[in-house]
Amino acid sequence: MAELHVELVAADRKVWSGAATIVVARTASGDTGIMPGHTPVLSVLETGPVTIRTTDGGTVIAAVHGGFISFADNKLSILAEIAELADEIDVARAERALELAQSELDAHAERRAEVRLLAVRGLKAHV
Amino acid sequence: MGAQLRVYKRRIRSVTATKKITKAMEMISASRIVKAQRAVAASTPYADELTRAVTAVATRSNAKHPLTTENPNATKAAVLLITADRGLAGGYSTNAIKQAIALSAKLRDEGKDVVTYIVGRKGVSYYNFRNLSVAGSYTGFSDKPTYGDAKAVAAELIEAFTAETGGVDELHLVSTKFESMLTQTAQDARLLPLKLDEVQLSDETPAKHQIFPLYDFEPSAEGVLDALLPRYVESRIYNALLQSAASEHAARRRAMKSATDNAGELIKSLTRLANSARQAEITQEISEIVGGANALADASRGSE
Repeated sequence: MAELHVELVAADRKVWSGAATIVVARTASGDTGIMPGHTPVLSVLETGPVTIRTTDGGTVIAAVHGGFISFADNKLSILAEIAELADEIDVARAERALELAQSELDAHAERRAEVRLLAVRGLKAHV
Repeated sequence: MGAQLRVYKRRIRSVTATKKITKAMEMISASRIVKAQRAVAASTPYADELTRAVTAVATRSNAKHPLTTENPNATKAAVLLITADRGLAGGYSTNAIKQAIALSAKLRDEGKDVVTYIVGRKGVSYYNFRNLSVAGSYTGFSDKPTYGDAKAVAAELIEAFTAETGGVDELHLVSTKFESMLTQTAQDARLLPLKLDEVQLSDETPAKHQIFPLYDFEPSAEGVLDALLPRYVESRIYNALLQSAASEHAARRRAMKSATDNAGELIKSLTRLANSARQAEITQEISEIVGGANALADASRGSE
């Protein structure tokens, strides 16, 4: 089966890398799915969950806050200022952050907390 | 115990205490260098990918962006100087400050006004003491910078750069490059406007030598560049902060190592002096006793 190599990199560390069959990410123009052999693309990411289907049938979900993806030669780089894998996310903390953001009407922080929770729930739905 | 000997003993005690402290600082710095180097290495993949992407957009499209357009009549330049928060790091902060002063003089010769932004308390106090103006200062994170810190610094600089009126035309960065445990050099580089010919990957190969595929840009080349360039500046500043932090620890380790060595030497020579003082005291006591005994013997012989 065709596969593409994925590198998920945050500003201060490499978060995940490996082979995948499809990667879905939220770009500025909507959700984009990238499969092996996609045309070279460079696009800006919104704050949102990134879903990576690995070649061994697993699913990796990460919450990504700002950044971009570039795809060329079957190699996909996801660069994010902040990226957290779903199983690294502290649900209680994200929920607290969400409440705080809602009470302070901070739309950005609210979206970030929502995405974290989305990523965790998405992972649970797949297990 | 004689007065002389007591003074020596007291000095040996005090130098021994100092030596313990400098030795501890040396070991703390040594362990932090490794951590700081690891942080530099961890940030490299992001910086490299970002550099590649920026170069790809710039070479594959004719997009113009305020951050890359050169102003031929530049009148105002900003200098970002990275120093340490704490002292006892040998010439680390001084070298960076000297570099910044030299750069500012050069820019003024070219007819540009210089505004200075400073990271680290040492640089801030140097400028304040000499009544030099500081446009912005950031302290408290020089030995362990995070990406958030770099973002905060970059945000203010980019704002100054893109301001409609009274903005700066150039942005220079003075930082200390970590070359090895023994060598750290203060250096300056122009960050903005971005010269794409000079953009380099972490292994110092120019990014432009690579051949890039024909990317589709989403939403558009300009839109991508808009989002990428500030990230690129942030990542460059982050990298400079990390390198400077590693250099700071290396400089402090070396300074503390020589302080420890000097304290050891001092203790050795003071011990010698104390020994000879003690010996002199004993010799004097013996000659006093012998002299006293002789005098007694002479006196008693005379009375017989």
